[in-house]
Amino acid sequence: MTKTVRNLLLAVLALLPATVAAAPSGEALAFTCAGCHGTDGSSVGPSMPSIAGMDPEVFVDAMKAYQADKRNATIMNRIAKGYTAQQLEDMAWFFARQRLHLVPQKYDAALAARGKILHDKHCEKCHENGGRPGDAGTLAGQWMPYLQHTMDDFMSGKRDWPRKMKRKVDAAIAEDGKQAIPALIHYYASQH
Amino acid sequence: MTKITRRDFIRSAGGVAALGAGLGFPHLALGAARRVVVVGGGVGGCTVAKYLRKLDPTLAVTLIESKTAYTTCFMSNEVLSGERTLESITFGYDGLRRHGVDVVTDTVVGIDPVKKTVATAGGREFGYDACVVSPGIGFKWDAIDGYDESVSETITHAWNAGPQTRILRRQLQAMRQGGRVIIVAPPNPFKCPPGPYERASQIAMYCKYHNPRAKIIILDAKDAFSKQGLYVEGWTKLYGYGSGNSMIEWVGAAAGGTVESVDPSTLTLQAEIEAFQGDVVNIIPPQKAGAIAFAADLVDGDWCPVDKRTFESKRYKDIYVLGDAASAAKMPKSAYAANSQAKVAAAAIVARFLGREPGDPTFVNTCYSVVGEDFGISVAAVYTLDAAHNSIEEIPNSGGVSPANASPEIRKREVSYAHSWFKNVINDMME
Ligand SMILES: Cc1cc2nc3c(=O)[nH]c(=O)nc-3n(C[C@H](O)[C@H](O)[C@H](O)COP(=O)(O)OP(=O)(O)OC[C@H]3O[C@@H](n4cnc5c(N)ncnc54)[C@H](O)[C@@H]3O)c2cc1C
Repeated sequence: MTKTVRNLLLAVLALLPATVAAAPSGEALAFTCAGCHGTDGSSVGPSMPSIAGMDPEVFVDAMKAYQADKRNATIMNRIAKGYTAQQLEDMAWFFARQRLHLVPQKYDAALAARGKILHDKHCEKCHENGGRPGDAGTLAGQWMPYLQHTMDDFMSGKRDWPRKMKRKVDAAIAEDGKQAIPALIHYYASQH
Repeated sequence: MTKITRRDFIRSAGGVAALGAGLGFPHLALGAARRVVVVGGGVGGCTVAKYLRKLDPTLAVTLIESKTAYTTCFMSNEVLSGERTLESITFGYDGLRRHGVDVVTDTVVGIDPVKKTVATAGGREFGYDACVVSPGIGFKWDAIDGYDESVSETITHAWNAGPQTRILRRQLQAMRQGGRVIIVAPPNPFKCPPGPYERASQIAMYCKYHNPRAKIIILDAKDAFSKQGLYVEGWTKLYGYGSGNSMIEWVGAAAGGTVESVDPSTLTLQAEIEAFQGDVVNIIPPQKAGAIAFAADLVDGDWCPVDKRTFESKRYKDIYVLGDAASAAKMPKSAYAANSQAKVAAAAIVARFLGREPGDPTFVNTCYSVVGEDFGISVAAVYTLDAAHNSIEEIPNSGGVSPANASPEIRKREVSYAHSWFKNVINDMME
């Protein structure tokens, strides 16, 4: 009970504007993303990732990487550069509070089953709960074409691997060969 | 912040949202719900209706739209190439009804800013506390000699997607081998600045397979156009642009591209320097705000002046004008712009009802064009309000067009982004 009250207070405090100077609210900023990422960040477009429920730190890190042209973006880098660090933070908190709505996708059950084994062994430690929103990027239920683009970028060196991730992916590929990446993608697609 | 507080925050967020909504009800105690009437069920109108209900579920929101379903202009050029059907870009209003919006099929013929009522062709009257007008564009029928609304049934504009899009598609299919398509592009400002050039591209995409000796000539009233460098790059790679054998030819204003008159019986266009005769002619006339904006006296010249903080009309209080009809430079007349402006207006209206000052607005525009198979390009911008000049300004060092000479992989991704954007923007405006 007291913990709940404390959390509520914290949350209310976080909702108050961080600075006195007038500026668009986190909500207003986040609303502009919906044209591409769906209402409140639940995407229905297969190449656009869902960002609802995303961990705020993961969101800010991603946007800063786009600002620095450190991801193989076509368009996000150009858009990310329009925001201040504070605005990114405000948007991040807005999306963190949104419930993620996922759209069922077609996947190959046999591949997904294999993917689950690979995930449990190599990926679960960072992408907890089958890759549900958490301290690392959301994978569970994420769109397959988006996951494919992301993996292509890691594999071709167009995006830097997060700490330890390359070793883990290499291990999964050593285990299952060419099938490893598709298996993982089909597994995540099955997790909505 | 430590990780623990971050997580606690997210867990407790549901409770806070409920608390916030609870605080947002003061006017309920005062009696009847506030009424917002939205005129036009296109991008701006649908988005504002949905977001008004989302921001304050106690509002009574009525959307009045002439048609029973909305056919999007965006992606309608893909109907011309045969990549998609007209049905695949047509959407009903049940999604908005599920959000509690009262959707009425009727045409608005007048708005009384004093009595605060909206009158329809069907003889009904709707009272409002706030009225949002997003009627899109109208055409200047007197701009090209010989071209008027009745002629447009055969020499189409196809600039409001629907039956005309289908006619133009059939004309392309019926064209003789080696025939000539002429597209007349309008002067600025007009709906969808890259649209005529995407249209030429999509027609070329069709002809490449079905009519490989066909020519597409764009007669332009301008000397430059949106994403020009990228279009030229795509046309050069895909359609031989610049070679003696190019499928697409662009004639800008300086080269005599401005069209003065048309002879519908011979499909001949008199441009400034020479005459052009086509087998299929598509004339996109100069544009102005939709008719209701003129009937309701919301215009100053061709477009509707607005306060860029709220999109409230500069001419009448409590009337808001969005999207193509509004004078919202530097934002282009695009679906993304209308969608972005609608959220700013919705938040401003809700704030006003609560007796608060509207917050600072923020806007985004992105616009994709599919130049050909696996070849997509885009333009993006993030904007902020310059309150002192009542103007919307691009944030320096952000936005811009796709990189030149990008890899085939990136161009292909942009096509998939274009189609994903389409799904998300429809979802955000009316699902
Ligand atoms: C070929 C083409 C391609 C395009 N591609 C893109 C793109 O890729 N990306 C992009 O962002 N934009 C694109 N656009 C632009 C986009 O379609 C418009 O900018 C957008 O639709 C503007 O929204 P709006 O609400 O102002 O008007 P509209 O969407 O045109 O909606 C206006 C609505 O109001 C209704 N209406 C008008 N008057 C009345 C009345 N008196 N009573 C009742 N109802 C009324 C109309 O029937 C219509 O449904 C494209 C446009 C064209 C022509």
